[in-house]
Amino acid sequence: MIRVSHLQKEFHIHQARAGLAGAFRDLFSREYKTVKAVDDISFTVEEGEMFALIGENGAGKSTTIKMLTGILTPSGGEIVINGYVPYRQREQYVRSIGVVFGQRSQLWWDLSPLESFRLLKNVYKVDDAAGERWLERLIEELDIASFVSQPVRKLSLGQRMRCEVAAALIHKPKLLFLDEPTVGLDVLVKQKIREFLRNLNETEQTTILLTTHDVSDIEALCKRVLVMDKGRLIFDGQLAELKEKWGNGTEVAFQFKKRTAPEELRAALGELPCEILRDNEFSLRVKVVRSQDMLPFVLSVVMGSFEVSDVKIKEASTEDIVRNIYSADGEVVSHG
Amino acid sequence: MGKLYLELIRIRFLTMLAYRVNYYSGIIIYAINIGAYYFLWGAIYGGQQQLGGLTVEQMTAYVAIAWMSRAFYFNNIDMEIAQDVREGKVAIEMIRPYNYLSVKTAQAFGEGVFRLLFFAAPGIFLVSLLIPFRFPGTPEAWGLYLVSLMLAFVINTELNLLTGLFTFFLFRNDGMMRAKRVIVDLMSGLVLPISFFPGWAQTLMGWLPFQAINYYPSLIFTGAISPERAWELIGLQAAWIAVIFMPILILWRRARHKLVVQGG
Repeated sequence: MIRVSHLQKEFHIHQARAGLAGAFRDLFSREYKTVKAVDDISFTVEEGEMFALIGENGAGKSTTIKMLTGILTPSGGEIVINGYVPYRQREQYVRSIGVVFGQRSQLWWDLSPLESFRLLKNVYKVDDAAGERWLERLIEELDIASFVSQPVRKLSLGQRMRCEVAAALIHKPKLLFLDEPTVGLDVLVKQKIREFLRNLNETEQTTILLTTHDVSDIEALCKRVLVMDKGRLIFDGQLAELKEKWGNGTEVAFQFKKRTAPEELRAALGELPCEILRDNEFSLRVKVVRSQDMLPFVLSVVMGSFEVSDVKIKEASTEDIVRNIYSADGEVVSHG
Repeated sequence: MGKLYLELIRIRFLTMLAYRVNYYSGIIIYAINIGAYYFLWGAIYGGQQQLGGLTVEQMTAYVAIAWMSRAFYFNNIDMEIAQDVREGKVAIEMIRPYNYLSVKTAQAFGEGVFRLLFFAAPGIFLVSLLIPFRFPGTPEAWGLYLVSLMLAFVINTELNLLTGLFTFFLFRNDGMMRAKRVIVDLMSGLVLPISFFPGWAQTLMGWLPFQAINYYPSLIFTGAISPERAWELIGLQAAWIAVIFMPILILWRRARHKLVVQGG
């Protein structure tokens, strides 16, 4: 459905010279610096996938989304989505996609969302009975019926955002882009939007691409994650894999019936590369790096050799992972 | 496609109606402008019967109609395009399956019709109660005027699109847009009928598109020229439309490649 290969985008940025003399020289000749916002990224996406694109500010996520949606023209590489080249066949292509920009409204500020929907139905030529039924379903599922007739400027952010989602879906696109859709929303609204998206993905097989800073968005919605850093794609895979790669590992807390020293545990586990932490006389924590291979071993050994009253497994949260990726910085690139 | 543009015009209508104070003050501003120019020209004429080939009555009609025409052809789409580019709103326009410039033109048309019906018509009515004013006598003369006015709208809108498109390359071109506005008002014959300019300036302006925006339709309205001459002027307007269309096409194609979306 989406095929991106060796995508690149360069920007020429005007470098202002310092001082008054510099400003004067700028009048006649300007210096430009070339910045690679997106540097050689490739990936493919199948129909019905839900995936997240994450990365720090300035990592190139937004630029990538803007190229995928046909707004920006790439400097190099190829994009084919739904059988179209976005920037070349823009007008036909955008009929098959929906886009929500969390920081920009596509509703008309002075009009009610309902008026905007009406105009958009004309824009996408879906003003028939089927289009009407679909809109009714959107209004119902997003729970926006009570305020769709008020001018947009009078809506709260949460109300507006739900209307934005409805506006982006008015033509029932097969592919939906969401650029930071949950920025600044409260937990309840976030949940409502996520539930709606999940349902949309299940019932309509809509492919959904999400960029976000909010880790809980990813955990709630996406199996697949793409991580960008400095314009490069540094990770493309399942969320679980990402946790393996950059997680702090998994921690198992054991509550023992008898007093147990860390040394006894160490002896039982042998050479296994793990960290043993002592909470008190009865409880110890074991930290392993790669949970998939080691966790069963640790559990079976400990349960077999000691009398255990309680076990708690604490997995690394995606939040930790994201923090790890960001702080790893330069070293990260070599992993990719 | 036609339905979409009708809808866009309707939406612009609604947006304009959304602010009532704007609406009422708009009518008053038009009435004041027309009135002020009427008295100014009365003073300039003094006792004279004719100036620059126009009688006092024709001059009065000219001023009133010049402002009425302006209500229709005038729009701020260059400023809107500039704002869209500066605030990054072009991004939203680019994800919609329509041509940005055609949509802007449709919006400008909606605004023009709104202003003509709700600002200029009541304004002219108010003014006609106070000062002697003659409307064209025949439906034919009305028809010629309306055709010419429509073409004037297209020329002015094309100029606005052109200046607006420069924002894609310069990011800030308020100065250019403001200069354009003054030049259009002056050289189109709104402030001063073209026949009042010195000879060399008239020759110069003959080579520029501006007088096709206001002077031609206003001349046709006042009945100061024959229908044959009116058709000639309409032909000239059509020619200008074709000429200005070229650079717009070229700039638009380049702007699509140059586009940088500001602000994330």
